[in-house]
Amino acid sequence: MDRVALPVLLKKGAEASLFIDYWHSRKVVVKKRSAKKYRPAELDLKIRTYRTIHEAQLLSEAKKAGVPTPTIFFVDIKSSTIIMEMIDGEQVKRLIGAELPEKVRGGLCAKIGELIGRLHHYGIVHGDLTTSNMILNPEGKVIFVDFGLGEKTREVEARGVDLHLMKRALKSTHHKFAKECFRAVMKGYADVVGKKEAEEVSNKIGEIEKRGRYNEKRRKDQ
Amino acid sequence: MAKTVKEVCCLGIESTADDFGVGILNSNGKILANVSDCYLPETGGIHPREAARHHAEVSSQVLREAFQNAGIRPADLTLIAFSQGPGLGPCLRTGATIARVLAAYLGIPLVGVNHSIGHIEIGKLMTGAKDPVTLYVSGGNTLISAFDSGRYRVFGETLDIALGNCLDVFAREIGLKQKKHVPLGASLEQLAAKGKNLITLPYVVKGMDISLSGLLTAAIGLFKSGEYNIEDLCFSLQENVFSMVTEITERAIAHTEKKEVLLTGGVAANRRLQSMIEVIAEEHDSRFNVVPLEFAMDNGAMIAWTGILAHAQGLSIPIEKSFVRLRWRLEEVNTPWIE
Repeated sequence: MDRVALPVLLKKGAEASLFIDYWHSRKVVVKKRSAKKYRPAELDLKIRTYRTIHEAQLLSEAKKAGVPTPTIFFVDIKSSTIIMEMIDGEQVKRLIGAELPEKVRGGLCAKIGELIGRLHHYGIVHGDLTTSNMILNPEGKVIFVDFGLGEKTREVEARGVDLHLMKRALKSTHHKFAKECFRAVMKGYADVVGKKEAEEVSNKIGEIEKRGRYNEKRRKDQ
Repeated sequence: MAKTVKEVCCLGIESTADDFGVGILNSNGKILANVSDCYLPETGGIHPREAARHHAEVSSQVLREAFQNAGIRPADLTLIAFSQGPGLGPCLRTGATIARVLAAYLGIPLVGVNHSIGHIEIGKLMTGAKDPVTLYVSGGNTLISAFDSGRYRVFGETLDIALGNCLDVFAREIGLKQKKHVPLGASLEQLAAKGKNLITLPYVVKGMDISLSGLLTAAIGLFKSGEYNIEDLCFSLQENVFSMVTEITERAIAHTEKKEVLLTGGVAANRRLQSMIEVIAEEHDSRFNVVPLEFAMDNGAMIAWTGILAHAQGLSIPIEKSFVRLRWRLEEVNTPWIE
């Protein structure tokens, strides 16, 4: 009977809408990138198609890297739709709040750092590392979602940008804990990729930040 | 208690880049005067020292005009505000010096204002927006900000050059010239409106950030190849960079779930960008606000208004500590006037 109620809109994101639906009598998440009226249709279609294919590929490649992601059941390029496993759990964004004890928070962030490390070590950058794109399931596993802006690359630059985005997301959404969280992320990261590589990426992050607008460290000209 | 309080009347000086602006406001947000004079380089972009020289040269005339328009005398002022940063050193220092002199001479308090916050606050005053996601796009800035737990936070920004800078440099490359009251972006917009064919350019969105420098190089390369129609190139450049910035703005709206969007900065004058942001605002049931051009471009009124807000919370700065801050980021600013 509860079939009647589906599909249900789970989340209307900026890029795509997520629905809960049935697919071959299995409860699934349908991710549909709908057309964006603001940009030229030609450009829009190109972006949506590219990201749909890319995301599907990276979601399964990430598994090979040892990073939990939803399993893909079906991809329809024409409608920019991916049908994937429904993940139970809580967005990390909602967890990193005051109510989490410091130790648990640190552990969670270190775990996230490890997973990012695994991705990078395998040659993938996520492209949109924010705490809304990570889900903690009841078994304590962290699942990464939303690989639409990801890339297969081994460049230190891309890795640096990836972690810079993580840092900035922590700062804007969890500014109270941003410093300790990012430190824990980098620790977990170093545990996987090794001290030397982590340091290299860390230096890169500094360089990327200096390249941005209005960074105090950029130049000492005062 | 029985002391009669003189009505607050604040003069604000803006001098972060090529504009020297003076605004006079009272605490009701009434704009008594808003005068500015823009430095026009003979060739190329803004030369900081030349721009500062321009500011020094026009300052007394701009100040005089502001007092005339407001119908007040300097002695009627109760507060001086100046743009303390971020911006170009020589330009900032020129404005700051004038502000310090006025405050010291009149014996009234001095307030240092963050330029980006000034844009947001005047935008809110002019449009009635209360708690918006702000897209601030100009020649020096490209950022998306919203208020969250006690501060304005930056949710997305450019990883390298500003959007207005990207358009200006391209405009100069193709031979457009900046004229008085006609910014380069306006001339580019006119050409773009005649373009029809979309030429592929890099589309670089990284999370909530964008990167424009590679795209600019690519566009200039295509122009120099001589194989493309200029109007099509302008059209494609605009469509591409505006789509990128609109995409990250939409992300910020979805992420913060704010019900208002504020578009400001010099590039906010572009109709095409306005229409794109309006579309996404509608899609997320957010109210779209665009700041009127006079107050979207750099102006003294925004500095005066933010100075009033800050001073009402007891913020002011002793002259000996009023150094300019070239790289003063938005999220470092204390904003006690917002509950």
